Amino acid sequence: MTTSTGTAPSPRALARQRRRASVARFWRRYRAERAGLYGLAVLVLCALLALFAPVFVGSDVSSVTEAPGRPMQSPSAEFPLGTDQFGRDLLGLVIWGSRVSLLVGLLAAVLSVAIGTLIGVTAGHFKGWYATVMMRVTDWFLVMPTLVLAIALVTVMSRSLTTIVVAIGVTTWPTTARLVRAQTLAVETRPYIERAKALGGGHWHIMSRHVLPNVMPLVLAQTTLIISSAILAEATLAFLGLGDPTVVSWGGLLQDAREAGAVSAGDWWYLVPPGIAIAVVALAFTLCGRAVESVLNPRLGVSR
Amino acid sequence: MTADATPALVEERQTAAGPRVRKRSAYPRYLAGKVAGAAVSLLAVLVTSFFLFRLIPGDPVKTMTGGRQVSAEQLAAYREEFGLDLPLWRQFTDYCGKALTGDFGTSYQFRTPVVDKITEALPNTLLLTGTAFVLYTALGIFLGTRSAWRRGGLGDRVNTGLALTLYSIPSFWLGLLLIIVLSVGIGPLPGLFPTGGMESGGEEGFAYVLDVAHHLVLPVVTLVAVEYGQTLLVTRSALLDEMGSDYLTTARAKGLRDDLVRRRHAVPNALLPTVTLIFINLGRTVAGVILVETVFSWPGLGGLFYQALSVPDLPLVQGLFFVFAAAVILMNTLADLVYPLLDPRVAR
Repeated sequence: MTTSTGTAPSPRALARQRRRASVARFWRRYRAERAGLYGLAVLVLCALLALFAPVFVGSDVSSVTEAPGRPMQSPSAEFPLGTDQFGRDLLGLVIWGSRVSLLVGLLAAVLSVAIGTLIGVTAGHFKGWYATVMMRVTDWFLVMPTLVLAIALVTVMSRSLTTIVVAIGVTTWPTTARLVRAQTLAVETRPYIERAKALGGGHWHIMSRHVLPNVMPLVLAQTTLIISSAILAEATLAFLGLGDPTVVSWGGLLQDAREAGAVSAGDWWYLVPPGIAIAVVALAFTLCGRAVESVLNPRLGVSR
Repeated sequence: MTADATPALVEERQTAAGPRVRKRSAYPRYLAGKVAGAAVSLLAVLVTSFFLFRLIPGDPVKTMTGGRQVSAEQLAAYREEFGLDLPLWRQFTDYCGKALTGDFGTSYQFRTPVVDKITEALPNTLLLTGTAFVLYTALGIFLGTRSAWRRGGLGDRVNTGLALTLYSIPSFWLGLLLIIVLSVGIGPLPGLFPTGGMESGGEEGFAYVLDVAHHLVLPVVTLVAVEYGQTLLVTRSALLDEMGSDYLTTARAKGLRDDLVRRRHAVPNALLPTVTLIFINLGRTVAGVILVETVFSWPGLGGLFYQALSVPDLPLVQGLFFVFAAAVILMNTLADLVYPLLDPRVAR
């Protein structure tokens, strides 16, 4: 709007400039949320650890035949977290497991939020029977016990990471759909939507150009919150023995520990690290999500 | 819920305008709508539970025989016994007809009717879930109220932080840790509680009750710990929403004590949205129950579900799937029905 060059900026440049300004504003407010900053720091750390895991631990860390230690050793200088029933290094396994847990959590959350946004925006935009049917379906999914449905889906499909991602994704979208629909309805009453319609903007144009940018912040907050429950869900499914048995994940490690009799033997060191890893990452995502939420909607005041 | 001066005035005015007559006629229609909705949901669950489990690749009869060498005649006999020789639509109509009379077929692994297994395990699950539900709801509402009322204070920060942390902990992991620390015992610490199950056996009368209670402690603690956070956060934000309201300023201006303003004015109103959310969140509790029962070998529906999954014992999984979903739908409908009695604005 206020450019010193003298020539009027193109609409595109103007839009870019505004977007940059709003991102900067967002970051400034986010920085005031202390818990959110801690969460973000933890997440960056975990992401780096997962990305560079091949540098710290070799990919042979999960190999049963080339295990470096004796079975079920308690923590020592050589193995800071001890070893499992095959003599594998637990520290390496926990680091390696972060890759699968984070990846599945992220992908499942993205899938879930994508479905929720699609249904929410369309149900808010098209009224009439389509919206009624969609909201009925959403309500139905909302009261279904999510885990039971996910378990049922995993039992039906083959055991793989894709299965887990799909099972979590298609069972956790209803809350997003509800929120996005409410926001869509609010946005659609604004005058500029009427203007767009009067100028001949079609359904697709209105949904993608006007509604979607307005629900995006909400979607972002929702994604962050859903990642944490997706990570928990992945761990749960793996713990119930429904995960891919060929990959190492935190939930899978806990299942291994239980099957190896670590509980009755009192081998706490086997159980504690994977659980703490799950809890810390899930908590970090929750803190970030709540911080984003309270930046976008200060009235909620959730994190203060 | 409570009678105080200001709302009474408003109510009087509304009665004069005559909406009271309309309210009486609105509730039955509201009730019918909710019950019909629940019936449709139940039907959807029935259809889903049938078709979902038919998608499983592989032959259920082969699973049943566990890879043993079986003659073709025997396989055919099994198929006939479980009705698997009929065309899919016949299987479906049979299934629906039987399910409506409570017959979910015969369990592959136990060779007993699924209903018997479910009715056997149901009381145990109700005992565990009921106890935990009452405790975590009470604890969540109590702490959530305190937290919101002293928003931003040390108590609030500790409360919210703890709730969020426990909320992020996998329930099964917490259960396993409690077993290691309190049942198996670490170092000099002796095991204080049983590691699993519901009874030691051989006890009768009052001793039996005590024994079951002793077994109940750890599973209930686990469930309460992972579930109360949600209630706390919901109550807290509902109360925070109310706290800026004018009627609270009025109540304070009347000279009411802070405590009375909270208990008589703010909390009853904040509880309205809380009630709905507590019941919507029951779906999450079902997940918690399945895991906690599995970890503590509690002889309930959740433990049974885990056993059925590992086979997989289709009729049993199917039946339990239906029971879990139906229970949550039922509780939600119940909440919908009670809600207008708490908040008369809803049914209008």
